[in-house]
Amino acid sequence: MLSRCDHMTKLYGAPNGWTLAAYEKEGGYQAAKKALAMSREALVDEAKKANIRGRGGAGFPMGVKWSFMKPHPTKPAYLVVNADEGEPGTHKDRTLMELNPHACVEGCIIAAYGIGAHTAYIYVRDELHLSKARLWGAIEEAKKKGYLGKSPFGIDYPIDVVVHTGAGAYICGEETSLLNSLEGRRGEPRLKPPFPAQAGAFGCPTTVNNLETIAVVPTMVLMGGEAFSKMSAIHHLKDGGCRLFGVNGHVKKPGVHELAVGVTLRELIYDIGGGVLGDRALLAVIPGGSSTPVLRADEVVSAPDEKDPLHAWHGKSVLDVPLGVDTFRGLGTMLGTCCATVLAEGTCPVAAMHNLMQFYRHESCGQCTPCREGSAWLFRTVEKILDGGATMADLDMLHDIANGIMGNTICAFGEGTAMPALGFLKKFRKDFEAYVRGERTRGDARLALTGS
Amino acid sequence: MPFALQPDRERDLQAILRRYPTKMAACIPVLHLCQDQNGWVSEEVIQFVAERLELPPAHVKGVVTFYTLFNQKPVGKHQVWICRTLPCALRGAGELLAHCERRLGVHAGETTKDGKITLRTAECLASCGTAPMMQVDKEYFENLSFDQADAILDKLQR
Repeated sequence: MLSRCDHMTKLYGAPNGWTLAAYEKEGGYQAAKKALAMSREALVDEAKKANIRGRGGAGFPMGVKWSFMKPHPTKPAYLVVNADEGEPGTHKDRTLMELNPHACVEGCIIAAYGIGAHTAYIYVRDELHLSKARLWGAIEEAKKKGYLGKSPFGIDYPIDVVVHTGAGAYICGEETSLLNSLEGRRGEPRLKPPFPAQAGAFGCPTTVNNLETIAVVPTMVLMGGEAFSKMSAIHHLKDGGCRLFGVNGHVKKPGVHELAVGVTLRELIYDIGGGVLGDRALLAVIPGGSSTPVLRADEVVSAPDEKDPLHAWHGKSVLDVPLGVDTFRGLGTMLGTCCATVLAEGTCPVAAMHNLMQFYRHESCGQCTPCREGSAWLFRTVEKILDGGATMADLDMLHDIANGIMGNTICAFGEGTAMPALGFLKKFRKDFEAYVRGERTRGDARLALTGS
Repeated sequence: MPFALQPDRERDLQAILRRYPTKMAACIPVLHLCQDQNGWVSEEVIQFVAERLELPPAHVKGVVTFYTLFNQKPVGKHQVWICRTLPCALRGAGELLAHCERRLGVHAGETTKDGKITLRTAECLASCGTAPMMQVDKEYFENLSFDQADAILDKLQR
């Protein structure tokens, strides 16, 4: 169900919308004031009721994550905000940092208080220079007003927010890799357990939340957890509120929009995205970042079991299922970051997989052998297929390589590489075979549309 | 000659150190600071960072080699990055890259003869909704046509 809202995006496009003056005019920092007057327990309780599923891709309930934080007798706690946006197809967090940085800072104040932290680090990828400048600007403005610092809003609870930068490594979006990077190390993921809530940044209890997750917190506080959750059409699936939806690739109007949770891919592509470029037919959609397995436009939901949460959509097109963490898991893919990449008819799926495998080969941190070697072999094998030197056995080998990565690595990057590879292979097998049989060549491996 | 930061950057270094409970945590921000001044991370820069942050040089070198944004050799005056990843590729990034390569007479990864531009490909720069795009030094240029890209490159080469 399509329902537009503007809790986070009201200031998008407003003159100097990123300044404190503009933010306060729209009621900014009232949420932080309200939250800091509550008890920690009450705040975390509201957060749980809000059913905010993590906006970074994994969809873990934010309030539950906050509740894992227990005061440590000697160590401080940290809030770490993941703004290392770099999952191909994902372009939402950047808009918040550039156009509504005060919502990010206010979210940090509330979240830090909620988890018992006095310092928040916002980890921004280095390339986003405007985002960093706007966040620092917002932090300075908030400090001057006394919203940050020794006693925010006159309450004896010091809070400091710091922007930290990476240096060009996709893997640092993985939370433990991000923590290593924050500590000044190579961004290699850590084994879990211990989880960040036990031993995170600098060995201290830490909550890592996605930037959008944090930026929606002020809205949640002002509305109250339950009312916030009920904005969603799939509130009953514990997937609440509003979030940013992106649409990119072969659509007429790519962009980022704030909508209530529960919108469908069809609405996102046709109503929000203006339809497919050149009015072509839709070939496929990558629902939420390159690691989420591709969906074909002609797929239908198979959920004959009445107890299946997807049963209501049994026999319907996958394009008509509301975008939710659990609904999309049920479809054999993932919701991911809620930014859909659209592929029009005429796009070569083998070239699409080739492009993504080049990405994963480049970005594997190299720590675990199955991922380091597997991602390179996936790329080389698809390259061989496009070059016309492959056999049908190579297609089976792609399956073997991908399956050899799954479950055999420290972090989820392995799955993030293998799952989309398997998705393309299974759903577009005939296209791969056409290259093997010599019916197609490199010249057919098109990604950009011509003449539209 | 040993590397040293200019006075304003030295002040920035002090401010960075105050942000973290450990000196090691300043490693990446301080490397950025040094690279901004020096253009790349030389052995002398590594020594400087290691000494100032009380880290083994091998640690600093390990960090430098992990992250793609640290230049391990001298580069052109301007860095032009073209995002090549799928969402941009669907909107013509491959064609834009080929166009820029032809125009500059270099392949991705190379520097023009006059030393002004290093052309490179980037992996997803979170600009999927405004593709194709290029990053020039610290600035994004989005929704690019060939003409717009030409104008940007012209300005850099002037």
